[in-house]
Order: sequence, then C-alpha cells, then structure tokens
Amino acid sequence: MARLDAWLKRVPNWAVWLAGFIPLAWLIWLVVTNDLGVDPVKEIEHRLGKIALWFLVGGLVITPLRSFVGLNLIRYRRAIGLLAFIYVVLHLMAWAVFDMGLLMSQAINDLFRRPYLIFGISAFILLIPLAITSNKASIRKLGANWRRLHWLVYPAVLLGVVHYLWQMKVIRTEGWIWLVVALLLLATRIKWPGSSARSAPKKGPSKRQQAINAANKT
Amino acid sequence: MVNRTKLNWSHVTPKPLWLNRRALIAGIGATALASPALAKIAAKPSQFSTDVEPNTLEEITNYNNFYEFGWDKTDPAANAGQLTTDPWSVTVDGLVDRPGTYDLADIMKDRPLEERIYRFRCVEAWAMVIPWIGFELSGLLNRFGVQPSAKYVAIQTLLRPEEMPGQRAGGINWPYVEGLRLDEAMNPLTIMATGLYGENLPKQNGAPLRLVVPWKYGFKSIKSIVKISLVAEQPPTTWQQLQPSEYGFYANVNPEVNHPRWSQATERKIGGGFFASRQETLKFNGYGDEVAGMYAGMDLAKNY
Repeated sequence: MARLDAWLKRVPNWAVWLAGFIPLAWLIWLVVTNDLGVDPVKEIEHRLGKIALWFLVGGLVITPLRSFVGLNLIRYRRAIGLLAFIYVVLHLMAWAVFDMGLLMSQAINDLFRRPYLIFGISAFILLIPLAITSNKASIRKLGANWRRLHWLVYPAVLLGVVHYLWQMKVIRTEGWIWLVVALLLLATRIKWPGSSARSAPKKGPSKRQQAINAANKT
Repeated sequence: MVNRTKLNWSHVTPKPLWLNRRALIAGIGATALASPALAKIAAKPSQFSTDVEPNTLEEITNYNNFYEFGWDKTDPAANAGQLTTDPWSVTVDGLVDRPGTYDLADIMKDRPLEERIYRFRCVEAWAMVIPWIGFELSGLLNRFGVQPSAKYVAIQTLLRPEEMPGQRAGGINWPYVEGLRLDEAMNPLTIMATGLYGENLPKQNGAPLRLVVPWKYGFKSIKSIVKISLVAEQPPTTWQQLQPSEYGFYANVNPEVNHPRWSQATERKIGGGFFASRQETLKFNGYGDEVAGMYAGMDLAKNY
C-alpha cells in the first residue's frame, strides 16, 4: 500500500482533471455519433447525473481510504469535488434545456412541488458554497469555518442519492446499492464513543505525514 | 404453457402469414422482392387514426417498458427474441357464455383488421405516435357472449420465467395483470393489436396480442395476453397493487392530475430532437370526444 501511495503521489492534479473530463468527452462523442438510442435527451440527462454521483461518492471515499487503508488521496479531493459540481451543473442544464425544453414556468413549478426534484435541487444548492470556497484563499479566510461549511457535502450527497432513487418507477437493486454505499461512507464519519474513526491507530500515517496531511487539508 | 402439446389451431398457419407467404411466392415470381406491399398485413384505415406523423419503427421497437424482459427501455428489444409466440392460446373465462382456451388463430378469425394510428402516452411523461394494426376488443368479447352480470374485464400477461428474464427477478408480483371497466373495454377506441407498421407485432411490443387503450397511460395497454376474464368486481391491476397512491385503476391521461412524484402537464415527444420536444399533454390523450362521456360525474382526481 505504501508503494501504491508513493506512486499515486506522483500523479499530477491536472491528470485528475483530465481524467475527470473523459466521461464528458465520451458522452459528447456518443451524441455526435448519434449513439445514445431512441431518447438521447433522457440518456444525456441520466448519464450526467450518474457521473455526478460517482464523483460525489468518490469524494467521500478519500477520507476512509486514508484512515482505513492508508492511501492518501487528499490532494485530489478538490479536483474530484469540483468535477462533481461541474457534472451536477451539466445535469441540471440538460434537464432545463433538453428535457424541460426551457418551459421555465413548468420547470420552476415542478422544482418546488416534486419531491425528487426538491432533493436534487437542494443537493445542488448545498454544493454551490462548497464549489465557491474550493480554493486556497477561501480556506485561509474562513479558517475553522471552512471545515464546518464543507460538512455540507454529507447532506448533499445523501440528497443526491435519494433524488436518484426517488425518480425510479420501481427502486432497482442498483439504487439500493448506491444508498447503502453512501450510508456506509457517511457512517465512517460518525465518531463512535470510545473509538476514533478518523484515524487508524495501527497502520496510520506517521506524525510527519499527519502534519503534511493537515497542511494539505488547509 | 396451456395446450402446448395438443394439436390445435396454432398448427394452422395464421391468415396474415399465409397471405404473406403467397405474396412472397408471387414476389419471387415477379422478381420484385423489394416491393413494399410484400409483407404487409392487409388492414383498413380507420377514422380514429390521428394524422400526426408516427414515430419510426426503430423508435417504437427500441424504447419499451416491458419489465418481463428487463428494467431498461432497450432490454425488451435485446431479450424478447427468445419468447415463443407460436403456439399461443388465450383463455377466456368468467362471466361468459362460451368460456374456453382459444388458439390465437381462432381469436383472430374473422376479426376485421384496421390500422389505428394512435397517440401513446406513458405515465413517465413521454409520448409517441404508433401505427397499430388490430381489431376492436368489443367484437372479440361479444363472440364469447358477455353475461349481463359482467362489469369488468381482467386481462393477464404470459407467465413464463424461462423465456422472460424479468420474471425471474423480484420487484413485481408476476404475472402482469390489468383491467378495464366493461364500457371501456367495449369502447370502439379499445383494440387488441396484433401488428405494427404493416407487420406482425414485434415481440418487444407485446406479441402476439396486446391491448391498446389510447386514452389511458401506457401501462394499461397490457402485452402478450394469455387470459381474458369477465368479472363482476373491479379486478386488481399490477401497478395499482405495487403503488396504489401513484397508479390508479383508471389511469386516464390527465394533465390536471399529477403523478405524486412528477407533473403530467406536459410530455416529451420521443424523436422530437434536443430542443422543444416537450408538448402539452391533452386530457384523455386527446380522445375526450370519444371517451369523456364514460366518466361523466366522476371525480377524476379521486379516480386517477
């Protein structure tokens, strides 16, 4: 694991960004080649939403990976979080432009009356301040409040997953898997009495590494 | 599964196929194999057809909710090929004078085939226009002698998990069942479809025999029918059993009554392109003139 960790350290951040746009490039390719089936609108909308979920949940995997597996990917978390936000925005735009056909009065009416849309839009709203403050200057300026603010990612992910499940006519196995995974990842954040879930005492990072992590976090 | 080994009507080539064969032979003789008239089922045009341009065969056959073959819209096209549709028989029972298990050829015997180009509206808020070929359900039911005590028609889809992979998965209490009030079943708009675009019904669209009730959400138009029962009480229906707060027995298309989780005010036309494919949903899917009278005095918000 240490070797993997060391190897991953050499992956530059721009590579993560580049990789993050591969699903978008693929989707655009499928649109251009007319390969999205009979209903490309739904397909684009759903795929963008699903990619956003992957990045949202992916962002939640980073801390448990560090504490339980000893793999430190914290330095890529900002890129992953911002990519998630970008895909959420694209998903929302696909809904408004392609799906709703910019019938904004119905779209807005629906937005505040349809439970699954409320869940989705709430997740988006919660993510806005997080995206805005995902930079060094904000971290310096907000200090301890930055961490408090970014706690919002937890309800946002949960709302996103519920939004995904709620729009299904029948909730399928895949939906339940997403919910269970999200809940498990959220459970790793709970500080159980008598133990500390945030750091693995046996294979945890060294004092020096912890200091580096702390520095990376801020 | 019924009468599969017995020699019965299914061993007689159905008339449309027989006609096709003749046309084919004639076609070979005339070396005009590409002639469009070749494999067409003879069907009369109908006054009930819309003049809206129908969706393409590709759209109609690759975008299906037929959960017996999987959850995704493309699953039926991928998985329905394995379904055996010949032999096929339909059991007619309940409050009829002539109950029995009829072979498909017998069911179709003397039924006047018409082309009905109908609007199709899914409860999921998408819509298509489909050139069905079929016959009025009323004519078929009358053949069996509907008794005066019959008030509803209960219809059942084939249960054959070995050929229907979706039935091997959970989630829905198979077989799929649907039902209509007797007057709805007898309405001239209500048809049993056996074809599409001049051909026999593709398997993913509910071959060999399916119901089409154009003023109701698509899930009422039950596919691959094996049983028709005339009954006195309102029969249970699959979606209503599954989620009674969201899917009612009537399921009439109604932009004023929303699904609890989404709006029914508008619909997206499949094949409508990326922009402006959303259109207003019409009450009774635009068939109000023909059907609204059946619901006079009924609270449609309550009887959704």
